[in-house]
Amino acid sequence: MIWRKTKNYFFITILTLSGIAVLIPLILIIIYVIKMGFSSLNWQFITHLPRPVGESGGGMAHAIVGTLFLVGLGGIFSIPLGIMLGTYLSEFKKDKMAKFLRHTIDLFSGIPSIVIGIFAYILVVIPFKHFSALSGGVALGIIILPIVTRTTEEILKLIPGTTREAGLALGLNRTKIIWHILIKGSRAGIFTGIILATSRAAGETAPLLFTAFGNSYFSFQLMQPMASLPAQIYTYAISPFADWQRQAWAGSFVLIIIVLGLNLSARFFMRQKS
Amino acid sequence: MLESLPCRRMQNRQDLITLWLMRWLAAMIVLLLILLVILLCKLALPAISKFGLGFILSDTWNPITEEFGAFPFIIGTLITSFMALLMAAPLSVSVALFICEICPKQLGRLLGTFVEMIAAVPSIVFGLWGIFSLAPWVQNVVTPFLKNTLGFLPFFQGPSYGIGVLTASLILSIMITPTICTFCREVFNTIPSQTKEAALALGATRFEMIKIAILKPSYSGMIAGIVLGLGRALGETMAVAMVIGNTSRLSLSIFAPGSTMASVIANEYAEASNAIHLASLGYIALLLLAITLIINSFARFIIWKWTPKI
Repeated sequence: MIWRKTKNYFFITILTLSGIAVLIPLILIIIYVIKMGFSSLNWQFITHLPRPVGESGGGMAHAIVGTLFLVGLGGIFSIPLGIMLGTYLSEFKKDKMAKFLRHTIDLFSGIPSIVIGIFAYILVVIPFKHFSALSGGVALGIIILPIVTRTTEEILKLIPGTTREAGLALGLNRTKIIWHILIKGSRAGIFTGIILATSRAAGETAPLLFTAFGNSYFSFQLMQPMASLPAQIYTYAISPFADWQRQAWAGSFVLIIIVLGLNLSARFFMRQKS
Repeated sequence: MLESLPCRRMQNRQDLITLWLMRWLAAMIVLLLILLVILLCKLALPAISKFGLGFILSDTWNPITEEFGAFPFIIGTLITSFMALLMAAPLSVSVALFICEICPKQLGRLLGTFVEMIAAVPSIVFGLWGIFSLAPWVQNVVTPFLKNTLGFLPFFQGPSYGIGVLTASLILSIMITPTICTFCREVFNTIPSQTKEAALALGATRFEMIKIAILKPSYSGMIAGIVLGLGRALGETMAVAMVIGNTSRLSLSIFAPGSTMASVIANEYAEASNAIHLASLGYIALLLLAITLIINSFARFIIWKWTPKI
């Protein structure tokens, strides 16, 4: 009996320790980013363009704007599409096409982002013969799509069947039930899914390396290369210049604020509603 | 009770339009995946026809003489992913157990959110932290320790520059922990509390209850979660590309720099000069896509086969 009890305590201690251990990397990363990033962050960083090598100062204003632009571009098509597909999966789940779609969405969410980058490269960069913001948007859109689809499906599944029956009993057709009751009724949850998906896309680097590529100036043209925060951080991080590395940290700080801020607020929003 | 809207015998015209529009969009998405595979094959075609299947086993990667082989990258991907799994899988499962069974509910939920936050950190930030913080630590603390304890094995010999296979595996293990942990939590939560109470009522200690009533029935679910984590590790790009050192030379030591399939694409794709170099990178992407699709389908297969029985 003593042996069994000892084994029990030993096991519980290990589990508790692992619960503490899993927090260590996250805390270390956040502390390190805040320590390195906050000291190099200043107003100039958010409002100015990069300076040439050797001159200190300058910022990543164009990259911050570029990231927002690219994520918006990716989301503008794939968010409505994702909501529709999610609705289809949830409301017509017995339909034959829905089964194919569910597997496809599962597979899409498992595709490495770098492969999606190559796909966008083939689709957009090769035909137009140069890197463009559009191709970056396409890549991010493909990343956003499965996340929005899955969260919409999960949210709509939570609605009890009686709500649908009530709609049918009122003589509404299915389209009206879907739009007026199901989607409008769960817009908070769907919105959460959208925020989670965009925050994920905002942090992606790999698919932008050879699609949106990068740019040292402001650009709002679809067919021209565009800077993005993660790609800019990457360029600066692997450079040998101390000042650029310092800026990479400042960029990471801004990026992590954007991404974790969006993510946490989405969760908070969700919990408030439910 | 209706789980979803009935879709048989629909007569309303608006409904039919909606249904057919959705079906059409769904078909487009399925076609998009097929298109992806076809286009990738087309991109890789010059390399496939030139090197054939020997590409997988050839270990020369020389853009100047235009000889390409994917062996070092495949090995690099497999080694880093499996080392990451070796570290992350036990940790994730025990954290999931801790959250579900041991700590108070409120604290558990908080800890769960923290773990999911790890998944939200962009991989570029992991990479940056890896270069400047983790790599020096690996070089100065982990490497001497491993050399002193296990140095007689060939895997733990040779100089360490901080950047290398070991550092990449460590970063990967941190990054895949939330994937496995969240999935395992969902699996553990499906076990009815009566089962656990029955085990406790029979006189089992907490440990024995967890072993009999939780771990045993959710065995396949845990495997599925681990396989999903593996899928994530195989495709991870930026963080690995920044800390692995990027060399196509194979080495037995885990301290040596290496390269993975995803990292070589990230490093060379935008600068690939000649057509065959581009095609070879496309070939690697195709192999990577094939591996991840197989791994993920395998995980889904386990889930599909076992979930109803839990």
